[in-house]
Amino acid sequence: MDLPNSETTSRHFEAAPAISPRAEIKPPEATAHASLPDAPLVLIKSEETGVQLNLGDLWAYRELLYFLTLRDIKVRYKQTLLGVAWVIIQPLFTMLLFTLVFNRLAQFDTGPALPYPLFAYSGLLLWTFLSNGVINSTGSLISNTNLITKVYFPRMFIPAAAIGAGLVDLAIASLILVALALYYGVALMWGLLLLPLFVGLTLLLALGTGLLVSALTVKYRDLRHVLPFMIQFWLFASPVIYPASIVPERWRWLLAVNPLTGVLEGFRAALAGRGFDWPMIIISAALIVGLLALAFYVFRRTEDTFADVI
Amino acid sequence: MKPIVKIENVSKRYRIGGLHPGFFTFRDMLGGVITAPFKRLRDSASSDGRQTLWALKDIDLTVQPGELIGIIGHNGAGKSTLLKILSRITKPTTGQVALYGRVGSLLEVGTGFHPELTGRENVFLSGAILGMSRVEIARKFAEIVAFSEIEQFIETPVKFYSSGMYVRLAFSVAAHLEPEILIMDEVLAVGDAAFQQKCLDKMHEIRQQGRTIFFVSHNMPAITRLCRRALLMERGQIVGDGLPQQVVNDYLRSSWQIGAERDWTDDTQAPGNEIARLCRVRVRTEEDETVSAVDIRRTFGVEVIYDVLASGHVLSPVVEFVNEAGTQVFSTHDTGTEWRRQPRPAGRYTSIVWIPGNLLAEGSLVAHISLMSHFPTTRMHAHSRNAVAFQVIDNQAGDSARGDYLGPLPGVMRPLLEWTTQKGNDE
Repeated sequence: MDLPNSETTSRHFEAAPAISPRAEIKPPEATAHASLPDAPLVLIKSEETGVQLNLGDLWAYRELLYFLTLRDIKVRYKQTLLGVAWVIIQPLFTMLLFTLVFNRLAQFDTGPALPYPLFAYSGLLLWTFLSNGVINSTGSLISNTNLITKVYFPRMFIPAAAIGAGLVDLAIASLILVALALYYGVALMWGLLLLPLFVGLTLLLALGTGLLVSALTVKYRDLRHVLPFMIQFWLFASPVIYPASIVPERWRWLLAVNPLTGVLEGFRAALAGRGFDWPMIIISAALIVGLLALAFYVFRRTEDTFADVI
Repeated sequence: MKPIVKIENVSKRYRIGGLHPGFFTFRDMLGGVITAPFKRLRDSASSDGRQTLWALKDIDLTVQPGELIGIIGHNGAGKSTLLKILSRITKPTTGQVALYGRVGSLLEVGTGFHPELTGRENVFLSGAILGMSRVEIARKFAEIVAFSEIEQFIETPVKFYSSGMYVRLAFSVAAHLEPEILIMDEVLAVGDAAFQQKCLDKMHEIRQQGRTIFFVSHNMPAITRLCRRALLMERGQIVGDGLPQQVVNDYLRSSWQIGAERDWTDDTQAPGNEIARLCRVRVRTEEDETVSAVDIRRTFGVEVIYDVLASGHVLSPVVEFVNEAGTQVFSTHDTGTEWRRQPRPAGRYTSIVWIPGNLLAEGSLVAHISLMSHFPTTRMHAHSRNAVAFQVIDNQAGDSARGDYLGPLPGVMRPLLEWTTQKGNDE
């Protein structure tokens, strides 16, 4: 953590009463509280009053999201032997394995602009980010029990930071993608500029799934054991290692309701310079936004009792 | 004046059904979905039959800016739950709390510290978790590090710190919070004496700045010394609210079941035998006032009233003092010449032992009272264990043995002694 010295941001409630130096201490009445607000700064309501979204709190505590993300990143890289290398090894070896198995045996047709290794790696890049994000965020609330029971802040930031920290892994693993793209001679096209859009959608999808699963895990601990199966199922139900085109027509709808499909197809279309399947992308984006809204609501609803049940 | 905290009708209920309170499994939920419609029919009458515990019940409290409020009570009385609600960690089941200022809560030392991160990194992380902005932490960083006295280790991961260093750094971060409302739970019980002194000074400073502090502690002398208002909690309710000395006394009375005065109105219940019997014991001032809190600088007396039932025995009342820790401080018996070796005629007697000021240390004490014969042979006639309880209080006027020091002073005695200091030759 670097020492920040630019006065860039100031919190909306930072206009706290000025502290008089010790030498000129006045009696308590006279000092600080002439400026107490008329309306309460915080009104703690009972469980009976229902869900409060508290969007203002998220904004007020936004710097904490940064610090928690930074913590997760630092802690992750501090005590590993190979450090950064792991981040590359995981998707790279999976890609090599799948290339060996599927490309030699199954002979998927992934189009001329996108040879199978590049196809598989681009899919695995987003998939690794997504699945790690969901897995890390699921355990995050329980491993931060000491924070949840001792201090208030928007709890949403804990799983969000766990996912955010994965962006560093993603950035590092992307270097291999760049190398592969150069090796296979991917043409520089305007479509490439849309790559970040699909990364962003993956991030939102990870956030939606992560918030939902982590909130439920606090209450239903055995979800943790179910999660690996669900993640694996999701991998095979998404066109990560196989092209969507091999799926028979009557099963296509299954791919369409999976929000990851549009994201992966879009990402690859941008990479290969193909035309975008906009209806598919828009459906996926809408599903992701819907999932995020649902996750947000469920999380807020259960958040208030975390400290009691964790 | 406008209050800074207003707690209205707050209650908190915990469910304690089953093996794990409030802990379910996904399996339970799936099962629940299937059986729920039937269950509702079946259990509609007994749906509240699940065991519940009211950790807080109908709490109403108004706090003015600048108050330093000590909260005392037995374990499980609801102190921590109240702090958790005030610091927004958990929500009340009913009622509401209005906070007219920023809240900072210190329910443990080192909230948010991560062992792998360096001291510097942890200052920023913990500061942010406790509610400081990045700019604010950066501005106070030098001050925080200086206060902790561990400058040379600030770039070392805190897992290599000694526990003392860890606590210092953690408290320093917390001490530099500037909320209008500060909520503290026993965090003063850390560090060595010199550091505790710094912490107490800091609390004084915070109070002087007009901030409001809630302070839960089992340290009664600290409560009476620092606070101007104390709350006593029992079974989720506030049962005492007032001056710390009074509330602390009520608490001790409720936990020891004794006060500063004991009257045995029923002769058959009074401790004694056929020779002598206790009637009344009390702690009093020189002005003949019964007191439960005595000024450390003032002489006070323990007055024992007793009946001698059979003439012709040599008697001596004995008073033993025991402190909170169970340490026997001292015991004393009547060495006055008048009745020392005189067989006494039957009748009522009043003996008072005068304890000089500046002898006992601050704290809570109980006195055991006995009536004995030492002559010709030793014999115990009456004995009352924990007869009366009282506190010795130092209100820090500067003329007690504390002088200007406000931190913890160990020892069961606190004599005010004569010191001389001479400057040596400089050559």
